[in-house]
Amino acid sequence: MATKKSNTIKLKFDSARELAPAPESKSAATIKPQYELFINGKFEKPASKKYYHTINPATEERISSIAESNQADVDRAVKAARQAYEKTWKKMPGKERAKYIFRIARMVQERAREFSIVETLNGGKPIRESRDFDVPTAANHFFYYAGWADKLEYAFPNRQASPLGVAGQIIPWNFPLLMAAWKIAPALATGNTVVLKPAETTPLTALKLAEIIQEADLPPGVVNIITGAGATGAAIVNHPDVNKIAFTGSTDVGKIIQRAIAGTSKKATLELGGKAANIIFDDAPLDQAVEGVINGIFFNQGHVCCAGSRLYVQESVFDQVLRKLKDRMETLIVGDPMDKNTDIGAINSKAQLDTINKYLKIGLQEGADMYQSSCKLPGKGFFCRPTLFTNVAQSNRITQEEIFGPVLTIQTFRTDDEVIAKANNTPYGLSSGVWTDKGSKIFNLTTKLRSGVVWANTFNKFDPVSPFGGYKESGYGREGGLHGLYAYVNVK
Amino acid sequence: MAVNGTLPDFSFSPHVDQVGIEERASRFTKRSIKNETKVNGLKLALNMIDLTTLEGKDTDGKVKQLCYKAMHLHDVYGGLPTVAAVCVYPSMVRVAKQALGNSGIKVAAVATAFPSGQAPRDVKIRDTKFAVDEGADEIDMVISRGKFHQGEYNFVFDEIAAVKEACSAARLKVILETGELVTYDKVRRASDIAMYAGADFIKTSTGKISPAATMPVTLVMLEAIRDFYYKTGKKIAMKPAGGISKAKLALHYLVMLNEVLGEEWMNNEWFRFGASSLANDILMQLMKQKTGVYQSPDYFSID
Repeated sequence: MATKKSNTIKLKFDSARELAPAPESKSAATIKPQYELFINGKFEKPASKKYYHTINPATEERISSIAESNQADVDRAVKAARQAYEKTWKKMPGKERAKYIFRIARMVQERAREFSIVETLNGGKPIRESRDFDVPTAANHFFYYAGWADKLEYAFPNRQASPLGVAGQIIPWNFPLLMAAWKIAPALATGNTVVLKPAETTPLTALKLAEIIQEADLPPGVVNIITGAGATGAAIVNHPDVNKIAFTGSTDVGKIIQRAIAGTSKKATLELGGKAANIIFDDAPLDQAVEGVINGIFFNQGHVCCAGSRLYVQESVFDQVLRKLKDRMETLIVGDPMDKNTDIGAINSKAQLDTINKYLKIGLQEGADMYQSSCKLPGKGFFCRPTLFTNVAQSNRITQEEIFGPVLTIQTFRTDDEVIAKANNTPYGLSSGVWTDKGSKIFNLTTKLRSGVVWANTFNKFDPVSPFGGYKESGYGREGGLHGLYAYVNVK
Repeated sequence: MAVNGTLPDFSFSPHVDQVGIEERASRFTKRSIKNETKVNGLKLALNMIDLTTLEGKDTDGKVKQLCYKAMHLHDVYGGLPTVAAVCVYPSMVRVAKQALGNSGIKVAAVATAFPSGQAPRDVKIRDTKFAVDEGADEIDMVISRGKFHQGEYNFVFDEIAAVKEACSAARLKVILETGELVTYDKVRRASDIAMYAGADFIKTSTGKISPAATMPVTLVMLEAIRDFYYKTGKKIAMKPAGGISKAKLALHYLVMLNEVLGEEWMNNEWFRFGASSLANDILMQLMKQKTGVYQSPDYFSID
C-alpha cells in the first residue's frame, strides 16, 4: 500500500455518534407541578405568594413552579433553624445525629434513579453523569460525614469542637444535589442547623432532598430549604442570626458576600471560580492524557469550577495531542441529556449559553483558531458544540476568564519552569492537572502549583475523604474530608 | 521490511497508564445499544467471527461440521451473513478449504509452532509454508514471547518479517499472547514491533492462556493501530481472540472499535473476533430481537 502523508489521513466517526435512541424513562420520577418552601419540617407556601417556573434546558419546557422566598420567608427559615439548634440539635449526642445522616444517605441511595432523572431533567446534564457521578457521590458524602458525627473528639484531639449555630448555605446550578450534600452533611455532623438555598434554575433535586429529610424524621427546623433568586441569597447572607455562610458559585458573588459579612462575626467558606491548568508533558501516556483532558473540560458541559480549561502541551508532542483531541471530540455525542449515550448534554440556561457564545466570539476576535466537533445539535434547547481554541496566549481573554462551558484553550510550553509560571499566572487557583510518566516531576509540580487540588495523571476525581477548595480568587476554606469539619466548628 | 523509512526504537514505544486505559475501556461498556443499532451490530459481529477449533483431538469430521455451521449459522433466520473465516491447525486446512468451497469464507491456519512458538525459525517457516500450500488464506502466527521478555526485539521483529515473507499472498495475523506479556506497556511495544515487521493483523491471544482478550488490552492495540496508520498511512486489522463469548461483550468491542478507529474498520477485512461459542449467543440475541422471546439453546446448532 502506498504510504500517505499523515496530514491527509482522517478517521471517520459519524457512525460512532449515530446510535439508536436509548432514553431513560421519565416516568420513573415524579415531579410535582408546584413546590413550596421547606421550613420547620413542613412544606409551606411563601409569604411572597410568588412562584417562578423552572424549565428543562434541553427542551425549554416548563417542568414545575417554584416558590420565591422574600425577607419574611428567610426570617421564618432562620428562626426555625435557630430554634432547632437551641432546643434539639446542638444538645443531641453525636451518635444520634449520625443516625439521621445515615438515614438520609441510605434514602438517597434507594431513590438514586429518581434523583438522577430529576437532576438531568432540571439541569441538562447527561443521565450517565447524574446516574454514575452526581447521585452516588452525594450519597457518599452523607455516609462519610455521618461517620464523623460521633467521632469529633478524634477529629480534633485534645481540643473541644463546638458547632457554630445556624449555617446559611447557597449552592450553584452545576451540581445541585451534590453541592447540597457537600454543604448539609458536614454541617449536620458537627451539630449545626441549616438554611439552604439551591440555585434559581435547578431547585428540584434539593426539594426532593427536602422530601427525604422530612421522611427521615429529622427534627423540624434542622434543615430548611428555601428557593429563590439572588435576592433570597442576599437575605440569607445579611441575616443577623446566621452564624456561618457557605457559598459555592461565581467569584463576583463571592466578593459581594465578603463585603456583606465584613465586620460581622459570621464565618464563611467560599468556593468560587476557576481556570485550571491541565499540563501534558512529552513523556506522558498521551492517549490517557487526552482522555483526561476530555473529561477535564467536557464533563458536565464544562460547568465545573475546577474544569481543566487551560491546556498546556509540551511543544514536541503538540501535533500528536491536538490530533488525538480532535479525534476524540468527534466521538462525543451531544444531545438529549436523558439518552443514556449522551456525553454532552444541555447548557444549563439561556443566560449561560449566551455567556459561552460571547466568549467564542471574543476568541475569534482575538485571532485564535477555533475548532468544533462536527456533531449535529438538537433544534430546541440550549446546546454548544465541544470547542477548542489554539493559537492563544496568556494575554488572551479566553485564557484568562472563566467561561464555564465546553471550551478549551491550548497553549504550548518548553520547560517545566515555564509551564509552572504560566499555570500560576491566573487570579484563580482551584485545581490543576499534571500528566507525566515521571514521578519526580509530579512531586516538583504539586509543590509549586498554587491551587487547592492538583491531580496527577487523572482529572476531576472526587471523594468525600479528600478536601477541596481554592487559592486566591477561587475562594477559601475546604470542603470534604477532615478539613471540611473545621469549617463548621469553633475549636477550643 | 513492510514499512519504508527508518524504524522506531521499540524500547521507546509510547507508555500506557493502567488506570487511565482501564477507565476508558469501561466507558465503552456504558453505551446503550438498542433496536436497529443492536441488530446491525449483532449481524456485523457474526460476520466478523473467525469460527475456531484448535484442539489436539480435531478430526476431519469435526472440521467439516464446523465448516457447515460457518456457512449455515441459523437458516431459520433469513438473510444472515456467514462468519468471516474458519480457523484451524495447518493439518486441517485442506479439509476446511474443501468443505467451504466457494462460500467466500476464508480459511485461517495457526502456524509457527502454535501456541507456544517454542521452535526453531526454520520449523516455523516450514509450518507456515505448509499451511499456505494447503490453501490457507490467512496465517495466525505467535511471537516468541520468551525472546520478547529477554528484550530481543530485533529477533522478534525479524521472525515476524520472515514469516510474512513465507505467507506470500496470505494475510498474516500476529498473535502477541498478551496474557503472557502482562503489562499494557509491553502489549503496546509488541504491537508496534508486529506492525512495523509486516503484520496485516495484530491479534491478542491464542486462546490457550488466561487472560485472553480483554477490552483494555484490545484498546491498547487499537490505539497502536491508529498511531501507526497516522504515521505510515497503512491500515492494520485487529483480532481479539478468546474470552469473548457473549453478544453484549461483542457489541462493547464494536463500540470501542467504532470510537477509536472509526467506520472504515467496521467490517471483517479490518476486524475479527476469534471465538467458538460467540456465534450462538449472537444468534440467540438476534432471535430475541425478532420474536421478543428468548429461545432455548437447543434451538441453535452446536458444531
